Amino acid sequence: MRDVAVVSFAQSKSVRADPVRNEVEILMPVIQDAVANSGIPSKEIGFTCSGSADYLAGQPFAFVYGLEAIGAWPPVRESHVEADGAWALYEAWVLLQEGEIDSALVYGFGKSSPGSLRDVLTRQLDPYYLAPLWPDAISLAALQARALLETTEHTERELAEVAARSRRDAVANPNAQLTGDADPEALLKEPYIASPLRKHDCAPISDGAAAVVLAAGDLARKVSKRPAWIRGIDHRVEPHYPGVRDLARSPSTRAAAEKAGALSGPIDVAELYAPFTSQELILRDALGLAKPNGTKINPSGGALAANPMMAAGLIRIGEAATRVSSGEANRALAHATSGPCLQQNLVCVLEGE
Amino acid sequence: MERTAVVGIGQTKHDTAREDVSIAGLVREAATRALDDANMDWADIDAVVVGKAPDMFEGVMMPELYLADALGATGKPLLRVHTAGSVGGSTAVVAAHHVASGLYERVLTVAFEKQSESNAMWALAPKIPFQPTLVAGAGGYFAPHIREYIRRAKAPDHIGIEVAVKDRVNGMKNPYAHLRIPDISFEKVASSPMLWDPIRFLECCPSSDGACAMVLTNSTHATNGKHAPAWVRGTAVRSEPLGMAGRDEVNPRAGRDCAADVYAQAGVTDPRSQIDLAEIYVPFSWFEPMWLENLGFAPEGTGWQLTDEGVTALDGDLPINPSGGVLSSNPIGASGMLRFAEAAMQVRGQAGEHQVDGARLALGHAYGGGSQFFAMWIVSSERP
Repeated sequence: MRDVAVVSFAQSKSVRADPVRNEVEILMPVIQDAVANSGIPSKEIGFTCSGSADYLAGQPFAFVYGLEAIGAWPPVRESHVEADGAWALYEAWVLLQEGEIDSALVYGFGKSSPGSLRDVLTRQLDPYYLAPLWPDAISLAALQARALLETTEHTERELAEVAARSRRDAVANPNAQLTGDADPEALLKEPYIASPLRKHDCAPISDGAAAVVLAAGDLARKVSKRPAWIRGIDHRVEPHYPGVRDLARSPSTRAAAEKAGALSGPIDVAELYAPFTSQELILRDALGLAKPNGTKINPSGGALAANPMMAAGLIRIGEAATRVSSGEANRALAHATSGPCLQQNLVCVLEGE
Repeated sequence: MERTAVVGIGQTKHDTAREDVSIAGLVREAATRALDDANMDWADIDAVVVGKAPDMFEGVMMPELYLADALGATGKPLLRVHTAGSVGGSTAVVAAHHVASGLYERVLTVAFEKQSESNAMWALAPKIPFQPTLVAGAGGYFAPHIREYIRRAKAPDHIGIEVAVKDRVNGMKNPYAHLRIPDISFEKVASSPMLWDPIRFLECCPSSDGACAMVLTNSTHATNGKHAPAWVRGTAVRSEPLGMAGRDEVNPRAGRDCAADVYAQAGVTDPRSQIDLAEIYVPFSWFEPMWLENLGFAPEGTGWQLTDEGVTALDGDLPINPSGGVLSSNPIGASGMLRFAEAAMQVRGQAGEHQVDGARLALGHAYGGGSQFFAMWIVSSERP
């Protein structure tokens, strides 16, 4: 495997609704920051790959306008995934393995504010048998949370603790949207919005964007004092129908973590893309982090503090890499998810030199 | 870097509305045929790479999630590519990198569009603040580019009609083609209604349901298929901005750069003499001469002469779109992969009635957006 590292990361501040700026206008400063901080001249970056979803913007080819934000002239080597930017990073990492290029710009962006996100996401379901029922994203996550509570030792109190911890940690994150002190006991007195989920169990709805610059081998060492090396990265998908899965468990996360080599040593920091508190517990169980001995879970506050769709997974990789590059962590795990009830999962292991 | 080979190819019968199959059934039809051609089963596949054009064409957001089961992807990596109309090509390029990188040995790649589920014209015409709506559809968008080409090249009016006839004649030899017009003729095309001057009705691609699939492997598994492999000799993608003032939409630089890149990888210095045939993305007839120039098969302003002289016919010196091309079948998201796959079928000698004799080196080409996204590959019967 060729050594490839995250050498730069930038993100916008997540907000509930940015009524003024369109996606390109949100993206431009983020991309400029990421490229400027990488120390690699933008014209020398070998490949660009982005992640977004047309259904958020409610228009076809929404990603085309992203190209205007990178100034693709002269023409660039470029690709796009209809998924979170974490999968765009994966595509770029695959290309970097061939050795022909030494750097790549990856970005992900999404404005959820134009529509009703929980309804928009129902369009992600089997169009013949599931989507006509309009099971919204929160109701599906509630089914999953119920399965978790009924078939494991986990409790509603743990859910509230995850929410409280996420908001508390997010106070130190200037890009977070939902921050502050919360008492789990008080949270448990809140009403359900879809039993057993309360409002604090659900990620906020966000507009935002993120960008990462990858560099290989010597170039990474040249431009970064402490590159965050990708020691392993893998992604796996599960069956689509919630009814044929054990929703309380995430075998695809486990498989991706094994392939990425995540389980072979201690993890200092884990950034998990869990838009619901219950999903964090499921992911931690899959990753052997149920009792995080020495592992700091979501120090950024995670998706429960800021959840710009199609960027939030890439942000997990960026946040984990930042902690490796700063020396705060030596070995970090980043996770991204896609689809209903954690259907698809990606695990990335980052290490210092 | 691993050598990459195409060892399995499958496609559906393309049609206006494949009401006999669901979206899952459609992609599975193509994928099953590709696996069968490769002498493989679902369990042999290490990763799946899926491509399609905008999700609004079916009304399903990120449909690959729902298709994970039908594509045998559960428990495996599944990646979804979307690069506008070039997506079928760029998806194959991404799949090829999965093998060339040494990360995967056997990759299934699938591209599809089931346009009958929705209305592409509607999906292409949203009202976005501060942007002109494209209520005229793709033809209305591209017609001015064609008029500008005709003006620059001083091309005679009948060239577009000749392309439209040639591709439908070829399509009659392709059992999977959507349009079958037995009485196709110059007069029939010439007398069809003018939709977007100078594009007549019969100079347009149809709107199709269809899918295409390929199995790509490294050299270890390259000779186990039902046919000899097609070796991937080069892949390239290039993109340029839609809204940059001064870019040349008639002869886009991204297309020229992309061709130069893929030729360099394949050792092609004179495409006109070295390449035996090309499957290029021609959704409106006039794009054949335009892309012939953009791809370096003819000097600027002379591409139409190759068409006029019959060079691009199935029995010509440089057959273009022997399958009938996009003018005969256009499941948009799959159209690019069909070009790539048909090029590979030719060098594998499996193209049947539309086989080009002695085809050894072939180009597959796709473009998308406002003539701004390009994907290409060159395949050969000879191992690099």
